[in-house]
Formats: sequence, C-alpha cells, structure tokens
Amino acid sequence: MNRFTIPIAMLCLVTPAFADDAADAIKAIQSVGERSKGATNARAAVQTLKQHGGKNLLPILKAFKGSSLLTKNWLRSVFEAIADAEQKAGRALPKGDLLTFVKDTSESPSARRLAFEWLLQRSPQLESELIPGMLLDPSPDFRRDAVRRLIDQASEAKDDAATDLYEKALTGAVHEDQVTTISKALKDAGKEVDISRHFGFLMTWKIIGPFDNKDQKGFPIAYPPEAKVDLSAEYDGQLGKVKWEPIATDDDYGVLDIGKQIENYKGSLMYTTTTWQSEKDQAVEIRLGTPNAWKLWVNGALVFEREEYHRGTRLDQYKVPVSLKAGSNTILVKICQNEQEQSWAQDYKFQLRVCDRTGAAVLPVTQAAANSTPRKEIR
Amino acid sequence: MKYLPSATIRIPAALALAGLAVTAFPSPTHAGDWRQFRGNDANSIALGENLPTELSGDSIAWKVDLPGRGLSGPITVGQQILLTASSGYSQDRLHIMSFDAETGETQWERQFEATGRTGCHPKMCVATPTPASDGERVFAFYSSSDLICTDLAGNLQWYRGLGAEYRNASNSLGMSSSPIVIGSTVIVQAESEAEAFAAGVDTVTGETKWKIDRPRKANWTSPTILPAAEGRPALALLQSSAGLSAVDPETGNVVWTFDNGASTIPSSLVVDGTVVIPSNGLTTIKPSADGSAIESVWNASNLGPSTPSPVVINGLTITVNSAGALSAGDITTGERLWQLRLKGKFSGTPLASNGHLFFFNEAGYAFVVRPEKEKGKIVSELDLTETILASPAASDNAFYVRSDGHLWKFSEQR
Repeated sequence: MNRFTIPIAMLCLVTPAFADDAADAIKAIQSVGERSKGATNARAAVQTLKQHGGKNLLPILKAFKGSSLLTKNWLRSVFEAIADAEQKAGRALPKGDLLTFVKDTSESPSARRLAFEWLLQRSPQLESELIPGMLLDPSPDFRRDAVRRLIDQASEAKDDAATDLYEKALTGAVHEDQVTTISKALKDAGKEVDISRHFGFLMTWKIIGPFDNKDQKGFPIAYPPEAKVDLSAEYDGQLGKVKWEPIATDDDYGVLDIGKQIENYKGSLMYTTTTWQSEKDQAVEIRLGTPNAWKLWVNGALVFEREEYHRGTRLDQYKVPVSLKAGSNTILVKICQNEQEQSWAQDYKFQLRVCDRTGAAVLPVTQAAANSTPRKEIR
Repeated sequence: MKYLPSATIRIPAALALAGLAVTAFPSPTHAGDWRQFRGNDANSIALGENLPTELSGDSIAWKVDLPGRGLSGPITVGQQILLTASSGYSQDRLHIMSFDAETGETQWERQFEATGRTGCHPKMCVATPTPASDGERVFAFYSSSDLICTDLAGNLQWYRGLGAEYRNASNSLGMSSSPIVIGSTVIVQAESEAEAFAAGVDTVTGETKWKIDRPRKANWTSPTILPAAEGRPALALLQSSAGLSAVDPETGNVVWTFDNGASTIPSSLVVDGTVVIPSNGLTTIKPSADGSAIESVWNASNLGPSTPSPVVINGLTITVNSAGALSAGDITTGERLWQLRLKGKFSGTPLASNGHLFFFNEAGYAFVVRPEKEKGKIVSELDLTETILASPAASDNAFYVRSDGHLWKFSEQR
C-alpha cells in the first residue's frame, strides 16, 4: 500500500459539504473550537480547498486575520499541504500575490511570516530585500531578523557607525538575548541603556504583608487586599499588624526581590499593587516572571493564578492577555513563598511588564510622554 | 533486596472488566514498526531485529538535517520515520516530519504554532515528548500540551490545544511525557504542581473519551502499556510520585494502584507480565491476568535509575545512574549482579535488541553493550560529536537516533 494514500476509513469520515465553495470551506475551518469541535467539517473543508490548488493560497492566508490560534493552525496546515503539492508538481506559487501579502502589515503576522518562508525557499534574495524594512514589524519573527542583520552589520562597523547601528537595532529589539547584546555593545561605547524602560517593567509598587501561607494554605485564602485595595488600611498579618508600604526596584529587568529587599519569610505571602495610566482602552499583555505561586488582578478582576513553586523563573515566563481601560488601572499581584529548604528554593521575587503581542513595551501615559524623544532609553 | 508489603497495592472491588476486549494495536500492523516512545510495547525491546553492533562511520546509512531541536525520539511506521521538533526564539514553532526510511529524504513536513506555554529549562525543549502512531495516524505531543493528529500523509485530522484548554497544565521547566496508543485511544499525561490530569482522546475524532485528575506534582514520566492477558484487556499504567495506576484505556477507570511511590523521571515498563517500576530504587510487581491480585516480587534500592528508563534484556534489569554507571540486576530476584562504567551522562533510554544494548550519552557518544549474567562488555563505541538527549528507535534491521541537529540511521553495510 502506498503510505501516502488516505486510508479508506479516513475518507469515510469526510463529508463533502463544501463541493466548490472555498469561502464556505474557510468558514468551516474558522468554526473549529476547543475539544476538537468542528474537526470533522474542517477535514472536509481541507479537501475542498486542496482540490483547487494554488488559487486558494491567498484566501487561506487572509483568513488568518481575526482567527484563533487553533484555527490558524488548521489554515496553516492546509496552506502547507497545497504549497507543498504545487511545488512538487512543478508549479510556481503565486509569487506576486504572496509578496504583496507579506508586505501588508495589516494582515496577520503569522500568515505573513508563513508566506514569506515559502517564498524564501525559491527566492532567497527576498531576505535581504524585505527584512531590513521590518525593524518595527508587527511580527516578532520579522523584527528579530531585522535586528539580527543590524547587529551583524554593527559588529563589522567601527566607532560612531557601529553605535548608530546598535541604537537603530535597539528600537526594534523585543527579545532578551538581542537586547542584552545591544546594550552591552552600547555600554562598551559609553552609552547607557535603560533596559527596564525598554521592556516596560513596572518598577514602583506598594507592598503589604506577610500573610500566612504555612503549609501552602494561603494561596486560596482571600485576604483583605483581594476584596479591595485600600492603601490606608491596616490588617492583621502573619507576624502582626501590616500596612501598605512603598517599594521599588532599580534592577534592569524589573525584579522586585522580596526576599532580599524585605525578608524571605518562609510560608508567607505578600500583595503588591500599582496603578498604570493608559492613554486609551487597549488590549495588552502583562508578562510576569516568578519562581513563586502567584495571582494577578487587573481592576479588581482575577486574570490568572498559578500555584507552582520553584520551577525556575525567566523573563516573560507567563503571558497574560488583559484589557486596560483609558485612565488609571489597578494591578494587584499576590506572591506566595513556601517552606522548601533547598538552596534553589529560596527565591521570593517577581518581575512584571506591560507590552504588546510582539513583546514591545507599552508605556503608561507619563512614561509615554517622556518617550516622545527618539531613543529615550539611551542616555 | 527486599519485599514490599502487599498493602501498598489497592484494587477497586467494584470494578468490572467484563466485556472489555481491547488489544494493544488493532490497527494495521507492520512488522518492524516502532510506534511510540520505547517501542510498540513501551519497553524499549526490539524483537526480531538484526542491528549493527560493531559501530563505525560505515554503520551510518544516512544523516539528515533537522529544522529544530528535540528530545523526542523517532518512531517508524512502514517505511516512514516520523519525528517532531521545535524551533524559533520562543520555541513556539512545532514541527512534524516524515522521512523515507531508505533514503532519509523528507517526505513531508508540517508546522504549527504552539497554543500552550513554551518555556522550558534550557536543556529541554518543547519537542520533548516522542510522538505515537496507531499505524494510520501520527499523534504529536509537545511540552506546550499541544496534541496534534495528522494522517501519514501529513493531513491534519484534529488538533487539541490541551495547554490552552487547561491553562495551568504546564511546568516552567518543561513537560516530557510521551503519549501511548491503546486501541482507539491516545493517552496523555499533563501533570504539574499547578494542574495535573491524564486524558484518553479518541484517535479518530480527537474528542475526549475521559479525563481524570492526577496527583498535583511535577511529573515527567510517560505512560506504559500492560498488554492484554487472558481475561483482561490492555491497560495503561500511569506513573507519578504517588506510584502507579492501572487505567482502563476506554473509560479512564482505575483498575488497580501501586501506592508505594515512584520516580517522576524514568518510566516503568512491562516484560512478560512483570511490571518494573522505578520505585525506591527498582521494584517489580506481577499483576494477575484479571487484575484482582498483585504479587510483589522484589525491591532493590541499589538498582535505581536516573533519567533513562530501565530496560530488561537477557534476564537482566538494566539501569543507568547519574554517574553513567550501568547496573545489571537479576530480573527474578533483584540481586545486583554487576556494574559497568560508561562515559558521561545519559538522558535517552537505551534500546535492547538482538542481545545487545544501544546507549547514547548526552555528548553524542554511542555504546553497544553485550550484557551477560556474569558481566557486561562494551562491544563498540562511536563518537557522533553532537548532543543526544533522545531515545533511539529500531525498525527493519536498522536503528534511528536524533541528535540536536540531525536524524541518523544506522544499519549493516550492504
């Protein structure tokens, strides 16, 4: 048996519900949901789209926009299946259409990247033609490539020319490794980089605690700050009366180290809060890194919680999509420490930043105003 | 060596197994297939194979580039070698690839974007679980808890974003549990301190047949198959720090449990009805055919494995400790018979075939060992000079292993 023929049992699962209508087929794919909802219809839709070969490639890419990640994966798989079949059959992909699509930054970043990578297989020169103009692209992958090119060029250049290239690269850099490379080079050239501002870390907080978390029982307990953030209030804490106190960090990566800045109270938890002034209603990501169990509220609504201790921490460890309203937004974080005794289980800290989906900082109004000067994070 | 108290094993009295008749692999079987982590029976044994034991550069039939890293091992179905990888700065690009077993040529590749968390310890990566197949489909599972099913031609059949459906089912160090297939169910474990479950997913529709809560502890082990026996269907053995649970693959009902604790990294295996468990060193039990009685056989604290799972060959249990020392124990008594020093650290589980063991250390050094009752002997060595953290697979008188950058085929010279 030819292993690439679809087994008869699988063909029987396919309902030819989209005989000739690509638009309906795409709609069927866009209807897939969690728990395999709509998968049977999607399989049939894929067959319909494949029947018409390359002419459906562009509609498939356009359907990425506004689709869920799950749906995008279905669309991606049918795009790849068609593109692969076309190329194996010796037929060229619609290069002009795909190129126009790649350049259209209003389209889905992941769809544009998909089209680009397929074009690149036959047209490698597109890398040098397109990537330099993608430093501030909505796709983090394109941005990364553009930054990499500038870093490479800077490493070959000297003095002011190198500095200029690094400074330009920094404007698009959203990944830690690239920002680290660039900031080190600029520092060596006598320039200081405000890394915390570049990433959008929140540096100034109010903190209250400790509250009891012995035997890790405090995680589900709603201590008073969860009901209301009242900065003038005083409560019974784990070791006596507690009240909100100011705390700040000057760490480049925004790490608020409770264990070092206050004390590593074993079996305790703390609440930290701050306000974030948004110039408009907007969707952002709050990205958090911590080795401790945590909960996060925005404007009183719990947006995520995770009860895991000491399994490592890193920049952007957790990405939480949230909606901010125009004006003042209250961010509240609950950070929990357990009683593990191992040396690697003593951290009591977190870092938190606000950014867009590419990872580029979204600054609050006050900082954004100060940011009107180009390259503000370089001093 | 010591014996375990029988009280550590519990069997739900009300459980009725009558009427269930699930075999391990009802789908088309191809002689020589290696369809999941540690092979069809999840015990690392390749029967009937004639693998090259004198390794040299001439043993390498082909070597192909890979588009990303992986701790996942290859699987084989017919003449296809199937493998996963992850790539990208955030490792959010998930790859499934099919290679021609004869030539190494890439037959197809599909890429997806992870829907769950992709953060991992630097040594691990998102493509750590080995995929599985029922002979008609591929089930690719990732640290992000994306469970993707394609047919053997790469056509997407269904997609479960289990990391998005259950948003805390992740571990900040990464997840590694590989799926297994029993009958028409693909069984996955997604277990961490924050959320832990096992699920049985319909191989055809991708719908959940069952989902059961599991101990909320970090767990990197993979499920194992207890093959069907007279009067009893095949069962899935789910390991955790609490022990081992035998689960009906159709319903998720727990048939019996072993509650004496177990490792959270190396996984159990079953050979000739004996369950070998990384528990308090190494422990063996023998469940009766109908599951109503479990015999504790032996426990040996000096046979404990590190990361690689144990294997059984030539009447010996074989384990490797964190110092790279191989220990051989008597499968009937648990007595440690001998040790053999290998080089380096090991992550991948060795392959057992034609009386030999095939090891790859983390530095990419291959060892072929012939274990006998009195001693073990290194038959040949070969330095592949690339990081290897995955477990090999065997099929049609060849074996396959993936390094960080390549997929390798080894076979006798022709």
